[in-house]
Amino acid sequence: MSARPMIELRKVSKRFGDFQALKAIDLEVAPGEKIVVCGPSGSGKSTMIRIVNGLERHDSGTVVVDGIELRDDLREIEAIRAEVGMVFQSFNLFPHLTVLQNLTLAPLWVRKMPRRQAEALAMELLERVKIPEQAGKYPGQLSGGQQQRVAIARALAMRPKAMLFDEPTSALDPEMIKEVLDVMVELAREGMTMVVVTHEMGFARTVADRVVFMDQGEIVEAAPPQEFFGAPQTDRARLFLSQILGH
Amino acid sequence: MRLSTGDPRLRAAAYQAAALAAVILLGWYLVSNTLANLEARRIASGFAFLGREAGFEIGETSLIAYGAADTYLRALAVGLANTFRVALIGIVAATALGALIGLARLSRNWLVAKLAAAYVEFVRNVPLLVQLFFWYAVITENLPGPREAVEPLPGVFLANRGIFFPVPAWSAVHGWMLAATALGAGAALAHARWARRRQARTGRRPPVLAGAAALLVLPPALAWLAGGAPTRFSVPALAGFNFAGGAHLSPEFAALTAGLIVYTASFIAEIVRAGVLAIDRGQFEAAYALGLRRGLAMRLVVLPQALRAIVPPVTSQYLNLIKNSSLAVAIGYPDLVSIANTTINQTGQAIEGIAIIMAVYLTISLVISALMNWYNARIALKER
Repeated sequence: MSARPMIELRKVSKRFGDFQALKAIDLEVAPGEKIVVCGPSGSGKSTMIRIVNGLERHDSGTVVVDGIELRDDLREIEAIRAEVGMVFQSFNLFPHLTVLQNLTLAPLWVRKMPRRQAEALAMELLERVKIPEQAGKYPGQLSGGQQQRVAIARALAMRPKAMLFDEPTSALDPEMIKEVLDVMVELAREGMTMVVVTHEMGFARTVADRVVFMDQGEIVEAAPPQEFFGAPQTDRARLFLSQILGH
Repeated sequence: MRLSTGDPRLRAAAYQAAALAAVILLGWYLVSNTLANLEARRIASGFAFLGREAGFEIGETSLIAYGAADTYLRALAVGLANTFRVALIGIVAATALGALIGLARLSRNWLVAKLAAAYVEFVRNVPLLVQLFFWYAVITENLPGPREAVEPLPGVFLANRGIFFPVPAWSAVHGWMLAATALGAGAALAHARWARRRQARTGRRPPVLAGAAALLVLPPALAWLAGGAPTRFSVPALAGFNFAGGAHLSPEFAALTAGLIVYTASFIAEIVRAGVLAIDRGQFEAAYALGLRRGLAMRLVVLPQALRAIVPPVTSQYLNLIKNSSLAVAIGYPDLVSIANTTINQTGQAIEGIAIIMAVYLTISLVISALMNWYNARIALKER
C-alpha cells in the first residue's frame, strides 16, 4: 500500500445535543481502496462520511484528506471539497439547470475551466453513465435512476480523487437500483477511491476491499467482505446481518 | 338520461343560474337608483368637467408644469405623476431594503439576525397610517423652522419645511455628462457580455462589477474635465421665511416615501426569507460538496430557485405599495386620490371622479401583474 492514506480519521467524535453520533472513530482509506460502510440506522454512517468533506464539523479528533487537515479554515474545506465527490441519497440535482448545466457548473466556477472544455468533459461523463441523450433535459424530466446517474457524473466532473456515496440507492425504485450500481461498479474497476454507505450487500461482495460495520457511533468490525459475511466476529454484526439477509 | 332533483349537474346549473340572476338584479338596482338620484339632484353626468379650469393650486408640481388656471385634466395628471414618483422610488427602495433585511435575518451573526427580526416584527405590526403620521410628525414637529434649520452637512438643511440640498448649477457641460453616462452604461453592458464570453473561452472571469463601475464613472468625469470642470453649485440659502435655490423634498413627500419604503420592506423581507428557507438544505449541501463557496452557492443555486417562490407575493406587495400611496391624502401629499378628492368637492362629479381613480389604479395594477407574470413564467421550473 502506498505511503499516504487518501482519507484518515483519528479519534473523531461528534455530538448532536445529547446524542453522541460518533465515538472516537479511527479509519484509514488508502488510495484506490473501496470501503462499504453498513450498520443499523442511527449508527453514525452518514455523519462519518459527511464529516470527511466538511458538511458536518467534528467536535474532536483529526480528519486528513489527501494530506490536507480539515480545520475551520474555509479555504481548506473548499480545497478538500473540490477533491472529494459526494453523491446523496436524494440526488440533490439543481432543478433550475439542465443536466448539462448541472455537470458544468462547478468546473466553470470552481475549476475555472473554459466552457467548451467543460461541456466536452460533461458529455464524456454522460456517455460513461449511459445517458448522453438527456443532456438538454431538466432533472424533473428524468427517472430516479437517471437522476442519480447524473448526480454521479456531476461529482465526477470535478475530477475528484475520492468519491463518497451516502445511501445512493435507498431512494430508488427496485428496478432502477441496478443501473446505478452498474455505474458504481465500473467506477470501482477504474480504480477510484470510494467510501460507500449502503445496504446493497451484493455490491459489497463484488466491489469492497473492506466492509466497515458501525453501530451506536462506533466502528465495530472492519474486514474484507468474505471474512465479514462468512465469519462475523461480534454478536452485533451477526444480528445485523441476520436482519438484512434473513429473508 | 333521467333528470331528478338529486342530479349533481342539474343542481349545479340551478345554483349558477340563481347566482347570476341575483348579480344582474343587484347591478340593475344600483344603476337605476344612481340614475334616479342624479336626476333628482339635477346633476349632469359626463366627463366634460375635465376641460374646465381647476382654479386651485397644487403644492408639488415637479414633473408637469401646472398653475391654477390649468384644467382639471392637467391637475389630475399632476396627481398621477406625483403618485408615480412615490411608487417608483418606493418600489425600488423597498425591494432593496427588504432583500437586505430578509437575508440579514438568515445571517449566522446573532445580533444581525435579531435586529432584522425586531425590525420586521415592529414595523409590520404598526398600521401604515400611524407610521405615516409618525414620519410626518418627525419632520414637521421635531425639526426647527428654516431660520434654525439643522445643517448635518455643509449646504444640506433639515427643517420643518422639508429637506434642502445643493445641486450643481445647470450648464451645457452637464448635458454632455449625461450623454457620456449613457455611453458608459452601454459600454458597461458590452463589457459584461464580453466578460461572459471570455469566461466561456478561457474559464477566467474578468471583474465585471469593477469594470462596470469604471465605465459608469469615468466617461462623465472626463466630459466634466473637458468642459472646464465647472464647480458652481446652486446652494439653498435663506430668503425670507424659507430657503431659495438648491433642490427640495417636501415634508409630505419625504414622510410618505419613507413610510411606504419602511413598511413594505418589512413584508418583502419576510417573503425573501421564506423563499430562501423553502429551498431544500440538500441544494446548499450539493453546491458546497462541489466546492462552491457560500456566496456562489447562494447566487448560482439557491437564489435562482428562491426567486420562483418570491416573485408572486412580491408582486402583491408592489401593488399594495401603489395602492397604499393613496394614504397620501392623510398627510396632504397631492397624489392622484388627493387631487381627485378636491376635484369631486369642487365639481360634484363624484361618480366620475371615483371612476377615474378606480380606472387608473386598476390599469396600473394590471400592467404590473402582467409584467410580473411574464417574468415569473420566464423563470418557471421545467418538469416533464
